[in-house]
Amino acid sequence: MMATAKMSQRAPSRSSKSGEDGVTVREQKVKRDFTRVKLIVFAVLALLVLAVAVFAPVLCPYDPYIQNLSNALQPPSAEHLAGTDRYGRDLFSRIIMGSQSSIFSTLALVAMIAVIGTAIGVVCGWKTGKLDVVLMRTSDVFLAFPGLVFALAIAGVLGGGMMNAVLALAAISWPKYARIARGLTLAQKNEPYLAAARLAGCSTAQLIFRHILPNIAGPLLVTAMLDIGTMMMELAGLSFLGLGAQPPVAEWGSMMSDNRSLLQTAPWTIVSPGIAIFIAVMVFNLLGDTIRDFMDPQHRKTAPGGQGWLRKRKETPDGEVQELSGFHEQGKEREEE
Amino acid sequence: MKHYIVRRLVQLIPILIGITLLSFGMMYLAGGDAVTAVLENQGVAVTQELIDAKRHELGLDQPFLVQYFNWLGGLITGDMGTSYVSGKDVFTTFTSKLPATILLTFTSVLATIVIAVPLGILAAVKQNRFTDYFIRVLSFVGNSLPNFFVALLLIFVFAINLGWLPVISANIGKTGIEAISGPGIILPTATLAIAMASKYTRQIRATVLDELDKPYVAGARARGVPEQRILTKSVLKSVMIMLVTLLALSIGDLLGGTAIVETIFQWDGVGKLAVDSITMRDYPMIQAYVVWMAIIYVAVNLIADLLYHYLDPRVRLGGEE
Repeated sequence: MMATAKMSQRAPSRSSKSGEDGVTVREQKVKRDFTRVKLIVFAVLALLVLAVAVFAPVLCPYDPYIQNLSNALQPPSAEHLAGTDRYGRDLFSRIIMGSQSSIFSTLALVAMIAVIGTAIGVVCGWKTGKLDVVLMRTSDVFLAFPGLVFALAIAGVLGGGMMNAVLALAAISWPKYARIARGLTLAQKNEPYLAAARLAGCSTAQLIFRHILPNIAGPLLVTAMLDIGTMMMELAGLSFLGLGAQPPVAEWGSMMSDNRSLLQTAPWTIVSPGIAIFIAVMVFNLLGDTIRDFMDPQHRKTAPGGQGWLRKRKETPDGEVQELSGFHEQGKEREEE
Repeated sequence: MKHYIVRRLVQLIPILIGITLLSFGMMYLAGGDAVTAVLENQGVAVTQELIDAKRHELGLDQPFLVQYFNWLGGLITGDMGTSYVSGKDVFTTFTSKLPATILLTFTSVLATIVIAVPLGILAAVKQNRFTDYFIRVLSFVGNSLPNFFVALLLIFVFAINLGWLPVISANIGKTGIEAISGPGIILPTATLAIAMASKYTRQIRATVLDELDKPYVAGARARGVPEQRILTKSVLKSVMIMLVTLLALSIGDLLGGTAIVETIFQWDGVGKLAVDSITMRDYPMIQAYVVWMAIIYVAVNLIADLLYHYLDPRVRLGGEE
C-alpha cells in the first residue's frame, strides 16, 4: 500500500496530462461526468451491501443457527439458495448473517485506525519536537513488522475472538495514517490562511479542528476507503486461521475454514461464503478506486470547476509523497527536515 | 555511497531495538498465561505453587529489563529457549523450517514477475483497448479475492477435479529439502503469485504509460526508433527500478501471507509453524517467529534501498548532495 501511493505519485496516469495533449474541455467534462456516474453506482452498491448487513436478521430466510441434521449437506436449490452445511444449517442465511460480523468489524477497524492514526499524525505535525520524534520512531518500528506477522502474534497472545482480531490489525495499521496526517499537517501549518486564522484569534483547538482537519481530511478519507477491502480480507484471513470469529458465530472466513474438509464432497459450503467475501471486497474496492479518481489532485489540475473543498486545498504538497513511502526512505525525509 | 550505507545502518539500530522490545514485551504481558500453558501442555494439574516454581525455573520472576536482556543475548547467540510444546530448541526448529518458506517466497516472486511484467506492459501498449480492459478486469478480480479462497479454488480445480497436482504440498514423512521438492510447490506459489501479480500489473501499466509519455520517447519515435526497441531498451529499465521497490515492500506481505497459504497446503515452513504455535500457545516459538520475520523484513528493505540507490542515478545523486 505504501508502494501504491508512492508509485501513483511518481507515475501519474496519462489522463492527468490530457489537458496538455490537446484534449478539449468538453472531453474532460465527459470523463468527469462518467466518474461521477461511477461514483454514484458504486456508492449505491456499497450501501446495498451495508443494508444487507444491517437488516440481516430480517433478510435471513431461515434461522442461521438452527441445526437440522436430516437436511445436512444439501446442494444449492430453490429452497436453499446456497445449500446447507454439515449440520443442515441454511448457508444462504448464514452468509447474510455473516455479513454483520465481517462488514461491521471491518468498518469499525478502519474507522478506529483512521481516527487514532490521524490524531497521532496531527499531534506530531503540529507539535513537532521530541514527541514527534518519539511517535514517528514508534511508528517506524510498527512498520518494520511485515504484513500480518505481528497481527498474528497479537491475536495469538490475546486469544481468538473478532474483537481481538480487530485490535491486532489496528495495532499494525495505524502508522500509515499517522504518517500521512503528519505530512499533511506539516504542509498546512505554513499556509497563509492558518496565520490569518491565528491572527483572528482562533485557539489551537479551533485551528486544528476547524481549519487543519477539514483541509487534510480528503487524502485520509481516500486512504481509508481504499483500506476497507484489504482489511476485510485480512480479518477474514485471521478468522480463517481460527484467530477471529469463533464458531458457531456466522462469519465468512471461519465458515470457509470450518468446511475445508468438505471441499471434495460439498464444495458449495466453501465457494458460497468465498463469493460473499469477494463481492463485498470488490464493491468496496470499486468505490474506493472511484473516490480516489474523483478526488485525485492531479486529476483536478486539468479539470476546471472541480470539487469545492479540494480546490481550496490546492496541490497536495510533496511532503505527502515522502510520508507515504514509509520507513523506506527515511533518510531523505530526515534530511529535508 | 559509503556514507549512505553507514547512515542506513545507524538508522537501523533504534528500529531493531524497537522490534525486539515489542516482540518481547508482547510475550511478557502474556507471562502468567504462558506458564499455565506449559503446565497444561505437560498434562500437570495447575496449582499456584507449581506456577510459581515454573515461573522461577523459566526466569519469569525477574524484572522486565533483566528478562529482556537475557532474551536479547539469547537472540544474538541463537539460544531462544525450548519450545513449551515439543521441548525442542526454538531456534533450531525455526531455522529448519525457514528454507521451505524462503523457497516458496522465491518461487512466488519469480512467478509474479513472469506474470505481471508482460501483462502490465501489454496493457499499457494497448491502452484503452480490449486487451487493456481485459487485463485490468483480471487484476481487479485478483485484488479482491482473499488468498485462502484462491488457494481452495485452486485445490478444487487442479487437485480434486483434474487430479493434476497433490492437495497437500509437502511430501509427508520426509524432512528437509526432500519434503518440499516436487510438483507440490506449484499451487501455493500460484496462490501467492495471483494476489501479487494482480497488484503489480496495475503499477507496471501506470509506470510504462508514464514513461511512454516522456519527451525522450517522443524523440526516439521521431528519429524512427522502432517501438519494440523503445520498450525493451528504455521503458523496461524504469520498470525494473520500480520492481525492486515493490518487491522489497511486498516481501513483508509475502512473509505474512504465507502463514495462511502454508497452513492450507500443509507446507512445512515458518508460517505454518507460527499458526501451529499460536494454537498451542507456544510463546517462545511465536516470539522467535515475530522477531526473526521482522529482522528479515528490515534486512530485505535495507538491501532494496541500497540496490535502488545503485540502480537509479537520480536517487544516488540526490542522496549524496
